[in-house]
Amino acid sequence: MMTARALIAEDEPLLRDGLHDDLRALWPELQVVATVGDGDSALREALQQRPDVCWLDIRMPGLSGLEVAQALAEDWPAGDRFPLLVFITAYDQYALQAFDAQAVDYLVKPLQRERLAACVQRLRERLAERAPADALPQALEQLRGLLSAAGAAVGERLEVIQAGVGNTVHLVPVDDVVYFEAADKYVRVMTAEREHLIRMSLRELLPRLDPQRFWQVHRGTVVRARSIASAQRHESGKVTLTLRERPERLTASRLYAHLFKGL
Amino acid sequence: MLARIGVWLWHELRVGAAISLIAAVFISTMFRDPFVRTLIYSLCIGLSIQFLIEAGRHLGSSWRRRRDPGDAAARSEWPGWAWMGPWSIGAAVLGYFGGSLLADLLTGQQHTRNPLGADLRPLALILMLSLGFTVSAVYFFYSRGRLASLQAATEAAQRSAAEAQLKLLQSQLEPHMLFNTLANLRVLIGADPARAQTMLDRLIAFLRATLAASRSGAHALADEFARIEDYLALMAVRMGPRLTVRIALPDALRGLSVPALLLQPLVENAIRHGLEPKVDGGRIEVSARRDGDTLELAVRDTGVGLDAAPSGDGSRFGLRQVHERLDALYGARASLTLQAAHDAEGGTLASVRLPIPAR
Repeated sequence: MMTARALIAEDEPLLRDGLHDDLRALWPELQVVATVGDGDSALREALQQRPDVCWLDIRMPGLSGLEVAQALAEDWPAGDRFPLLVFITAYDQYALQAFDAQAVDYLVKPLQRERLAACVQRLRERLAERAPADALPQALEQLRGLLSAAGAAVGERLEVIQAGVGNTVHLVPVDDVVYFEAADKYVRVMTAEREHLIRMSLRELLPRLDPQRFWQVHRGTVVRARSIASAQRHESGKVTLTLRERPERLTASRLYAHLFKGL
Repeated sequence: MLARIGVWLWHELRVGAAISLIAAVFISTMFRDPFVRTLIYSLCIGLSIQFLIEAGRHLGSSWRRRRDPGDAAARSEWPGWAWMGPWSIGAAVLGYFGGSLLADLLTGQQHTRNPLGADLRPLALILMLSLGFTVSAVYFFYSRGRLASLQAATEAAQRSAAEAQLKLLQSQLEPHMLFNTLANLRVLIGADPARAQTMLDRLIAFLRATLAASRSGAHALADEFARIEDYLALMAVRMGPRLTVRIALPDALRGLSVPALLLQPLVENAIRHGLEPKVDGGRIEVSARRDGDTLELAVRDTGVGLDAAPSGDGSRFGLRQVHERLDALYGARASLTLQAAHDAEGGTLASVRLPIPAR
């Protein structure tokens, strides 16, 4: 039997070691190739090591477990087998409902032996049976369901964006924005004529935009639907978008490619 | 079955029966009429009037209920003066004629039924009975309505107090913190039983203090710091090398009385919104110092800072709770400020200023 390779992402050191020890006992031939304590390292290591299984804590410093999964789905090399994901959470009833609804594997802390053993059993069966090609579409389907459940929280809608530059504040009506782009802790706001920078993460901005008018097409990009001129599909599953008001081309990830299908 | 009907009838009619009895005694002594006959008339008329008044009251309040289901007066079964005043007079007149007709049938006699005739007996009877009923019924239902609305107000106040208490308890016993702590304990029990025991002791002290403090009260500053140390010891196990704790309490201030667990929400915010989201972790400092007759308590972290932390519900509730407690206890003499820490390490500084009571 081939040995499976795994990544463990959990920010609390004792829990990280505890899970590692339990897995050694329950799944001796599993090879843990990386143990990390934050979301950014989890994404980096996973893309580098290409494990078969990822154990992802939901609440971590940096990217959350869900955001790591989203980024993996977008950046995972095409043709390579997508890892099986298991989410871990101490208490998060909304997430648990979403996991149940999407039939995603999850564990609740404190981890119980029998529950972990059952999870290991299921993972081994799925690793043995599945063909490399099935993994990604299925994972994409589940993640779309999870992300739409996670994004269901709606904040007060923004009508005007206030972008400060030095001592001046520029007021930008939301309707003038062609697209938003995440830039570290900021968001770049692009209108037809110019760009602004606001001190707000895309994560905070998203619930305050009308999802009918503004479409998320990538974990770092939200574009005004009316501004999209054309969408061109690629072999890898990605889609290139051209815009009416601006010359740049945007990339829609495979997680959002289903938004663009010809009628 | 019969006994139950009897009890119900007595319950419903006792007021009417009592007033009728008094009226019969009064009239038979005043006009020297035979008592039994007067009592029959008096009971027939009295109970008819009561029946009419009650029927009108039920009809009136059910009509009001249908018109406005939320009407508090209608819920209390009292449709109000505007309806019951005129209806009582009508019920008195109708009840008199109906009741004396019934008594005629029962006694086999025929009596004058002109209440305005020369004979004062009927008029006195009507006046006494209807006045007695109206006043007693009105008083009864008015005070019952008052009692019901008072009860409703008390219940509402109790409910909102219980809700506030629950929310406070929930914010203190944050499930995420609790289950993560238990998860750590579970691992430690196998790996390092002695350390697990120490951690469990800290958790017990923290839970005990939290449950006691949510019932309010005050304790010594030394106790306040001890409870914060319990909480931070739990967090230190969980976060490992990512968390450094520094606590500074001058001996002279140990005995000062402070509201129990006042600082707890500030310490939790520093961990949850400041240090936990930071990949490298950092340091938390909790300190007390005296400034004249003011006690200054500070919670500082070197975390991600105010800008980065989303102002979620949890942190706002924690801060508001500290604000409200200070306001209720000290008014304008106490304050809470939250600001960016003003040195190169960054993070957040929360400080509380309280008056020190003069000895």
